[in-house]
Amino acid sequence: MGMIGATLIRAGQRFLSSLPALFGVLVFTFLLMRVLPGDPAVFFASGPNAGKEEIEVIRKQLGLDKPMPEQLAIYLYDVGRGNLGRSMMTGQPVEKDLKERLPASLELTLTALLIALISAVPLGVVAALRPNSLIDHGVRLFCSLGVCVPTFVSGLLLIYVFYYLLGLAPDPTGRVDIFTTPPPARTGFLLIDFLLAGDLDGWWAAVRQLMLPAFTMALFVIAPLARITRASMLVSLGSEFVRTARSVGLSRWRIVVTYALRNAILPVITIAGIVFSTMLGANVLVEKVFSWPGVASYALDALLVSDYAPVQGFVLLMASVFVVVNLLVDVLYGIADPRATVA
Amino acid sequence: MSAPLLSIEDLNVTFSTRRGLVQAVRGVSLSLQPGEMLGLVGESGSGKSVTGFAVTRLLDKAGRIANGRILYKGQDITRASAADFRNLHGAAMAMIFQNPRAALNPIRAVGQQIADAILAHKRISSQEAREAALNLLRAVQIRDPERRMNAYPHELSGGMCQRVMIAIAISCNPQFLIADEPTTGLDVTTQKVVMDLLASIAAERGMATILITHDLGLAARYCSRVVVMEQGRLVEEAAPLTLFHAPQHPYTRRLVAASPTATSRVTDLVPDGELKPSIEVKDGSPPAHGTPPLLDVQRIVKRFDDGTAAVTDFSMTMTAGESVGLVGESGSGKSTTSRMICRLIDPSEGEILFDGYSISKIPARDFHRSPSRKDIQIVFQDPNDSLNPRFTAFDCIAHPLLRLLRMRSGDALRQRVEECAHRVGLPKELLSRFPHQLSGGQKARVGIARAIACSPRLLVLDEPTAALDVSVQAVVLQLLDRLRREDNLAFLFVSHDLNVVRMMCDRTIVLRAGGIVEQGESRALFANPRTDYTRELVDAVPHIGAPAALVPA
Repeated sequence: MGMIGATLIRAGQRFLSSLPALFGVLVFTFLLMRVLPGDPAVFFASGPNAGKEEIEVIRKQLGLDKPMPEQLAIYLYDVGRGNLGRSMMTGQPVEKDLKERLPASLELTLTALLIALISAVPLGVVAALRPNSLIDHGVRLFCSLGVCVPTFVSGLLLIYVFYYLLGLAPDPTGRVDIFTTPPPARTGFLLIDFLLAGDLDGWWAAVRQLMLPAFTMALFVIAPLARITRASMLVSLGSEFVRTARSVGLSRWRIVVTYALRNAILPVITIAGIVFSTMLGANVLVEKVFSWPGVASYALDALLVSDYAPVQGFVLLMASVFVVVNLLVDVLYGIADPRATVA
Repeated sequence: MSAPLLSIEDLNVTFSTRRGLVQAVRGVSLSLQPGEMLGLVGESGSGKSVTGFAVTRLLDKAGRIANGRILYKGQDITRASAADFRNLHGAAMAMIFQNPRAALNPIRAVGQQIADAILAHKRISSQEAREAALNLLRAVQIRDPERRMNAYPHELSGGMCQRVMIAIAISCNPQFLIADEPTTGLDVTTQKVVMDLLASIAAERGMATILITHDLGLAARYCSRVVVMEQGRLVEEAAPLTLFHAPQHPYTRRLVAASPTATSRVTDLVPDGELKPSIEVKDGSPPAHGTPPLLDVQRIVKRFDDGTAAVTDFSMTMTAGESVGLVGESGSGKSTTSRMICRLIDPSEGEILFDGYSISKIPARDFHRSPSRKDIQIVFQDPNDSLNPRFTAFDCIAHPLLRLLRMRSGDALRQRVEECAHRVGLPKELLSRFPHQLSGGQKARVGIARAIACSPRLLVLDEPTAALDVSVQAVVLQLLDRLRREDNLAFLFVSHDLNVVRMMCDRTIVLRAGGIVEQGESRALFANPRTDYTRELVDAVPHIGAPAALVPA
């Protein structure tokens, strides 16, 4: 269809125009890392007693003795060839580390977003259908609590209730418990890999392991999604085309879902995109609480020891994810709203 | 006479607002015969729309029928259950609305929307519903209906959207239709086409119609009986000719007088108006030979980035104190032209000379720094949106004085603002109010006071009264006319209302598709149009006094 074609063209243009921004991110992070206090050579020397010579040697190895512009040029050249450098922490190339850890983060974040959307949209709709009713106030209270309580508190609370008190959840460490043999890695997404391997028990174990951290993250973002759903649903329900729908006697379901909700969902798509990008980068607390081997906790660890390459790689990765998510939102929006392609 | 299809008995509607209960409709009784077209006329706040919404049970949540009965075929439908009413909606009664584009679902194809309405009442397959929808699009005379089935409202013009709306409304063969200002916001020519279509469909199907409108001429042209409402009360009911030639109620009399007709003059609009034409009329001695005209527009063109031209070739001259009207359908380029002349946008080609000096060389972005800015001022169409909501009326009027005349806050400024307010008839007490605390007419006055604050010599008026009720429009037009004469102001008057332009302007320019079709002395031009286009425009204006048009069958 022409409409989808136009959307794709627009998405392509957006992608091209985001390349300079990605380049800017690259340079900026590079400089930022050099400005931050801390010398990686000192951290990675054999011990606190390492002599000056040893540190100098490491510095030479890392190329830190060269002038800054030259370092930047080398870095850009490497990135251009797809080489993000080697992590001093793990001793592995950064792209390998990220490739191992990104699926874990994505799996967690996507699940959390899905949970958040599935609960937030109906909550918002219900609240909008009866504004200022008991239900509306209940939703508001729930949302406020979700935002107010920091994720590390709600995470610990969930662990306390579901793991310690009720015993429903498994030991909240990592993606699978140590007794389960992980499936052969194909996509890196455990839920998919288990299914591909036909190991349903393993799949179920992974799901159970995923639930607590995912709900912890979802709790935090249900609030903005539910509020925006409620607000745009209120606008939609009060709009003239809903009045038209009522004037010809459409059924209530049709009015609420087909007419009101489908229009109201448009801003929710935009917000969901932003929320997803934020969650992916900012879920370091959840990853830490649940010992989740994700990219955010990896970057934090690297930052603490002034390990430049992983942090730079992480920021670049996040920027790229952001670009991709925005593109996705654009495409979705173009499909959901026929007016978008005109603008 | 047969039993009425619909009868409203002593209807009272109240709205609960923050300031307590407001009575919107007070004891209205009227009846509608099968197949009849009844006009419900009144100004904003008269309760005419609320009456319509009460009948179709589409009132806002805050509104409630406090008292009275609404009988449809003898049954009181105010007590009908929601489920029963759902069957009445569409199948027994339908409504079409003022703003057709907003009344359609923006992200659903129009064919689908018509099919939705059909499927709500008939147990047929969705394929059959689509067929029926296609036939309805043909019935409302949409060109290329197969293609339009999949169009979205934003891809259709306002007139087309209203046809789609009509198709939705008649999709389940209702017994009566309530049309709430169906053509407000449409061009005169589109208005005529849409109203003719509505009338012929109603006649064909024997459908009764209540036409809610503020336009007396429109009601006169299409309705067999007209009811006038004021402040929630029904004040008069008569056949249109009787009503307009021998109005009984003082309110009707005022309304009839305020409605501009083909022959009315500005001074006639308000019979007992605040001002008589007693003001010194400076006829302005003809300018000495050799002085340049006040405004000389030479072949301006406006092309947009995508290559479409809004204005293809436009030239005109104006002398000081002259008033020139700019008329045309929407899309004719009249607003673009006026904006180029008042230097809000840049022309792509051509030159604009003001007082003999070129002002088109200064980019629109920098024109506010030009000394000519204070000489060319603008009165905008929408008095609501053109005032800063965080400025009081005083601030609004003082703003150009501070910026353009570099006046300082103080007594001199206060005096000047109060003088401007006085000239536009705005009481001093209102100066401290914010726009939302003012009525539409008062806001229009603030807009005019702001425009004349710097004593301009050319005033560009972009549909200055389009958003106002006729009685308010009458007063504002009189005010503008007086100001023009007092200050020897030149007016460039952009309007779609030919009757208003005829009254206000010495000369009129007719635009179409960005070019000038015809120009000349206003009265002569409208009396004897030389081009078909102008004739079409003139004919499309509903006139009071013309015998009620025969409903084309």
